[in-house]
Amino acid sequence: MSLPILKFDAVVVGGGGAGLRAALQLSEAGVKTVVLSKVFPTRSHTAAAQGGISASFGNSEEDNWHWHMYDTVKGADWLGDQDAIEFMCKQATDAVAELEHYGMPFDRLENGKIYQRPFGGHMAEFGKKPVRRACAVADRTGHAMLHALYQRNVKAQTHFFVEWMALDIIRNANGDVVGVTALEMETGQVYIIHAKAVLFATGGSGRIYQASTNAFINTGDGVGMALRAGLPVEDIEFWQFHPTGLAGAGVLITEGVRGEGGYLLNANGERFMERYAPTAKDLASRDVVSRAMQVEINEGRGCGTNKDHVLLKLDHLGAEVIDQRLPGIREISIQFLGIDPVKQPIPVVPTCHYMMGGIPTNYKGEVLDGVDEKVVSGFYAAGECACASVHGANRLGTNSLLDLVVFGKSAGNSVIDFVKATPEHKELPENAGAYSLERIAKLESTTGEKVADVRRDMQICMQQHASVFRTQKALDEGVVKMREIYERAKNVVIEDKSKVFNTARVEALEFLNTVEVALATMIAASVRTESRGAHAREDYPDRNDEKWMKHTLYYRDGQRLEYKEVHTKPLTVDYIPPAKRVY
Amino acid sequence: MTKKVKFSIYRYNPEKDAKPYFQDYEVEVGDHDKKLLNALVKIKDDNDESLSFRRSCREGVCGSDAMNINGRNGLACLTDIADLKQPITLAPIPGLPVIRDLIVDMTQFFHQYHSIKPYVIDDRPMPEHERLQSPEERKELDGVIECILCACCSTACPSFWWNPDKFLGPAALLHAYRFLADSRDQATNERLDNLNDPYRLFRCHTIMNCVDVCPKHLNPTRAISRIKETMLARNV
Ligand SMILES: Cc1cc2nc3c(=O)[nH]c(=O)nc-3n(C[C@H](O)[C@H](O)[C@H](O)COP(=O)(O)OP(=O)(O)OC[C@H]3O[C@@H](n4cnc5c(N)ncnc54)[C@H](O)[C@@H]3O)c2cc1C
Ligand code: SF4
Ligand code: SF4
Ligand code: FES
Repeated sequence: MSLPILKFDAVVVGGGGAGLRAALQLSEAGVKTVVLSKVFPTRSHTAAAQGGISASFGNSEEDNWHWHMYDTVKGADWLGDQDAIEFMCKQATDAVAELEHYGMPFDRLENGKIYQRPFGGHMAEFGKKPVRRACAVADRTGHAMLHALYQRNVKAQTHFFVEWMALDIIRNANGDVVGVTALEMETGQVYIIHAKAVLFATGGSGRIYQASTNAFINTGDGVGMALRAGLPVEDIEFWQFHPTGLAGAGVLITEGVRGEGGYLLNANGERFMERYAPTAKDLASRDVVSRAMQVEINEGRGCGTNKDHVLLKLDHLGAEVIDQRLPGIREISIQFLGIDPVKQPIPVVPTCHYMMGGIPTNYKGEVLDGVDEKVVSGFYAAGECACASVHGANRLGTNSLLDLVVFGKSAGNSVIDFVKATPEHKELPENAGAYSLERIAKLESTTGEKVADVRRDMQICMQQHASVFRTQKALDEGVVKMREIYERAKNVVIEDKSKVFNTARVEALEFLNTVEVALATMIAASVRTESRGAHAREDYPDRNDEKWMKHTLYYRDGQRLEYKEVHTKPLTVDYIPPAKRVY
Repeated sequence: MTKKVKFSIYRYNPEKDAKPYFQDYEVEVGDHDKKLLNALVKIKDDNDESLSFRRSCREGVCGSDAMNINGRNGLACLTDIADLKQPITLAPIPGLPVIRDLIVDMTQFFHQYHSIKPYVIDDRPMPEHERLQSPEERKELDGVIECILCACCSTACPSFWWNPDKFLGPAALLHAYRFLADSRDQATNERLDNLNDPYRLFRCHTIMNCVDVCPKHLNPTRAISRIKETMLARNV
């Protein structure tokens, strides 16, 4: 069967912060571009980001990008690539100023400059004392940023295909990427989008876990597509558990609460973070705080009837500060738990939040294959789906929004250069859409399991076997279980075979991506016998630089792992050598 | 503890239904399934995968799941099941073409939003860092920038039902005000000219439905009257 073919110079898959920043670059340069998104762009999960975007303006006290770089390297537990980290931290003030120029409505200081708040792991003088670096729009920074970027794209007349889902990457015999297949949800029609360059900005995959701060649509499609196309995923065992997910509901309560002066309490009313991180206390890195909370809970000092959470106290900030700086979290807490934080502390638990790993790229947004980092011609990635790698083993709060705009722009620029240097589209391989159509047809088989059932089992398995603390035994069992679930996923079916806006089909196709991410996570985690950043092994409590200061590459083919060097050469400054991580 | 919740939900699949109908559902929800969206997801997962609706963030920030709930527009993810009379009647937000079940075609709504030039217009050369704005100037934007483009308001507005192509509707007007109110924007005159039309702005008869339903507690009516005041002030 032949599919309709649409031809563009560039296709951006994803309309979140990274996709929109890249699209803007392309539209303004006059490159014939289309942006595909599963949802109307402003519905992307970037809208949920609350706390801020980092840039060392030093609007409140001295700061500079060298300190920001140091914090990022340390936060990443030395698994980040220092060239990419330098690139990002150096660009931060320009990138955020650009957002202001696009109309992003930042909160302001009396002198009219952008308001900045303290955040976890943001320190002055190479880790000495907290510094205000997180540029914020109350506790709705992501929403404000996403809307400003969308608005700027309206101005630039960017072309969108809204409610289109990319299904598979199309590569030619040479391995070059020459397009994608995509499903138009409203009609159920599958198209081939033939492009000189494909840029992925498909976001995270937090839905592999049962409890997650992520939206329903964060299903790891980009990673799933890359894996099916024979490309690796990097450092996928590293998942950030945010310390303060709303107990029971999963919804995020920003670290900005602690930035504004809130703190955590155990059942004894003790401010326990003072014991775990004497200097930074509640503003230590996220992995450190999440583990401390988990230890408190595991050792019986959790709160509530089931002793299964701790409390986030902020009533001492007063209603005025809360309403001005944290209005959204007040609303969320009342909405979902019926608790008004002006009067009562909020019950919180560590909750899956962010995928540090992703499609391997360099700081130009070019996708890399293999241990020798061969550039995949025509393929680019940015944002949470990519691994540049700036976040290494643990991302600092507010560094993701920064990552989106810095690498969205830089990937966009790389695409512009590539499109200019590529006068003709490379030919599509024969039967370019056949694989996607087969996958869709398979879902319509007469016998098989329901998507919701297998998905539920996957989420439970991940939650039980690859959570905040990990052990060999739990992971080994997890691998066995996940492999079973992965096999079951091959036989999921949908009953609803209609064409028009078939959300059951969309969910099934999403799940087939999510399950790839879940299996990759479990396998990669079971092999890394050290503790680094968010990957905390009870049986291997220390970081082992000699053996493990290297990036994991997981391939779907044979469920195989390879390892590549961490980039230790920054672009212009000196290497920051590994040190013990104390906060 | 689980409890049973009863629904009557608008169904329409253009491929097989000659006309829309309401279907009854009953679903067991647990203690953590506080919100209407939890129940809908349960129905879809366990009961009837063909039931179609949009959703994403499940926390009231993406604007996907606007629907008509017991006769009133709202977001499923922010509506407590316990507050609703059963059977809970769900229909698409009114006035826009239905694609399938609770999913409507929002083209007209976004068209109106796009038509107000929803971006800061300032052609002056940009400084190296941020443009300055005082906290007071910035405060003018509170109560408008929180809009999530869910369309609860516009699709509750009788004037928008009658003239969705000509009347901008409360959401687009709220945004029109957002840019007029921004101290950085330099296009006040152009924006007012663009609104000075018997339909675009002046079809609002202050019926206030929009204010009643906004899930983010925004006040499009106030924004609309501010625009009218600004226009009057300019004309004298
Ligand atoms: C609750 C929450 C709060 C956060 N707060 C902060 C914060 O304060 N500061 C910070 O720096 N970071 C924060 N983060 C992290 C940060 O928000 C995310 O990492 C970031 O927004 C991801 O952006 P993105 O552009 O990569 O992806 P997203 O914004 O998730 O967008 C992905 C896009 O890809 C599209 N897409 C996906 N798959 C397909 C497909 N198959 N076909 C077509 N389109 C597709 C989607 O439709 C969407 O448009 C937070 C995260 C969460 C969950
Ligand atoms: S106040 Fe105006 S905009 Fe709001 S519902 Fe009434 S007529 Fe519509
Ligand atoms: S003003 Fe309120 S109801 Fe209207 S679109 Fe915005 S958030 Fe929705
Ligand atoms: S699901 Fe996002 S607003 Fe309800």
